[in-house]
Amino acid sequence: MTQSAPKSPAADNSRFPNAPLPPRAGAGLKLAHVDQILSDAHRIGFLEVHAENFMGAGGPAHRALAAIRARFPVSIHGVGLSIGSESGIDPAHLERLAGVVERYEPAMVSEHLAWSSHDAGYFNDLLPVPYTTQTLERVVSHIDRVQSRLKRPILLENPSTYVAFEQTMMSETDFIREIALKSGCGLLLDVNNVFVSAVNHGFKPLQYLREFPLELVEEIHLAGHAEDLDDEGDALLIDAHDRPVADAVWKLYEIVISQTGPLPTLIEWDNDVPDWPVLRREAQLADAILDRLGPASLLGSRHAAE
Amino acid sequence: MPPSDPARGARQADFVAALLDPDLPVPEGVVGPGGKLALKRFAVYRNNVTIGLVDALADIFPAVQRLVGKDFFRTMARLYLAQEPPASPVLSEYGGGFAGFLDSFEPLARFPYLSDVARLERAWLDAFHAADAGPLSPEALGAIPPEHLGDVTFIVHPATYVLKSRFAAVSIFSASRQDQPLDGIRPLDAEDALITRPDFEVQIRSLPPGAADFFQALMDGDTLAGAASLALEHHPGFDLPSAISALLESGVFSACSSSQTMTEHLP
Repeated sequence: MTQSAPKSPAADNSRFPNAPLPPRAGAGLKLAHVDQILSDAHRIGFLEVHAENFMGAGGPAHRALAAIRARFPVSIHGVGLSIGSESGIDPAHLERLAGVVERYEPAMVSEHLAWSSHDAGYFNDLLPVPYTTQTLERVVSHIDRVQSRLKRPILLENPSTYVAFEQTMMSETDFIREIALKSGCGLLLDVNNVFVSAVNHGFKPLQYLREFPLELVEEIHLAGHAEDLDDEGDALLIDAHDRPVADAVWKLYEIVISQTGPLPTLIEWDNDVPDWPVLRREAQLADAILDRLGPASLLGSRHAAE
Repeated sequence: MPPSDPARGARQADFVAALLDPDLPVPEGVVGPGGKLALKRFAVYRNNVTIGLVDALADIFPAVQRLVGKDFFRTMARLYLAQEPPASPVLSEYGGGFAGFLDSFEPLARFPYLSDVARLERAWLDAFHAADAGPLSPEALGAIPPEHLGDVTFIVHPATYVLKSRFAAVSIFSASRQDQPLDGIRPLDAEDALITRPDFEVQIRSLPPGAADFFQALMDGDTLAGAASLALEHHPGFDLPSAISALLESGVFSACSSSQTMTEHLP
């Protein structure tokens, strides 16, 4: 079983503490929160950043992240690699990502089962792929390429989707399991995405979780969603990341953790970002669940024992 | 990489085309679950892409947004992004063509200064993300023997940007970013702008006559003596000592050297 600590030769004389993500709650890092996080009596478990926000050469953003990285485990979450793209992985963007990973030696690197770039440009949303053998091969080969360049395994995140494709031939959970088995990547389970997609596509979230390869999950994401209506007037949930985590999603999270044992759990809040204490409170809610369900479960011991 | 399949290739291309043009139908093969329609569902993606990119432009060009008003800006930004979507996922680099777009945007023809304000806003963000480098220290320049000063050349700081505007672009930029009214600013008073980031804070200032030509010549690799005589040639009132003190104070350069010595500021 691979562990998630950096594997580069530089790790021996690392500039940063070299701990894995702890099985505690973390938060998506916003520059406006950095000073408060550094001086907070509550020590957050870890911080996660979008890789694309740190692809400039220098300046205040890098100074802030370097200060955070010196004191906390950091996870790098890419939003622009476009792993599902028909145009292939953009080598320039992969180099930029590798630069951020080398610079910060993160405990974890993750990306999405989605695409966002095409020859015409970059469309900043996580766009869906049909679940076919052809897209499966494409995604696996893209992940292979990313992992060989980064010299480490990445985690792949399950999507939230609003539409389906006529040509889809397999379930999302089978599709994701196959990708992980063929590419050797780990999985990031976004519990809010499961709930959003379940409502939008009319399946039961618990059924999805039963079929999901939970044994491959190394990190959890939680976020808030917005509610809209589809063409038929039924609920259509939007993965908005602009509010607290919904009660139904907290319940699903408890069910997941009771099966997997404690896992690093990120609170994502990217739009209408609140003051730090509000975001920290969400993280503390997750910590309370992690504490209550205890470190002594099967998968928790797997992690402790490497 | 798997062999490319033109039929599949067309599919994401169709998806993209429909994302940017709400008059196009939902792409073929994109459906709702169990026979449901996908119009409002696909509209979520249209909305996410458009709103996300309009928001990105509003973050990069806040002064332009304040000057034209939020609704006007958002409508205009939609037209721009359909014409020039981001070339890469690094959105802090987006909008390089926005100033040019404003120049040719008919409804704003009466406000020709807006494009220079946009150029300054784009350069401001470039400076914010530019590589870290300390500013040239007065000691480094002082260490050069007086007889060699004329031969000194400089290494430009990664954040430096000079714009010779035909308009009062610096005054308008600064007032708008501080949410101040433009009262008292005469838009047709030309201003030369200098953007620097000597440490971690981006600075913008307007330059006295000749200083922009002087800095630009030095940035192009000219010697101190060569740049000074060039500036004097075009601006008889050019004041060399105050230009040199502005050079040191604002951090235009990160290092200097003469043919005899090489001194660098080390952070």
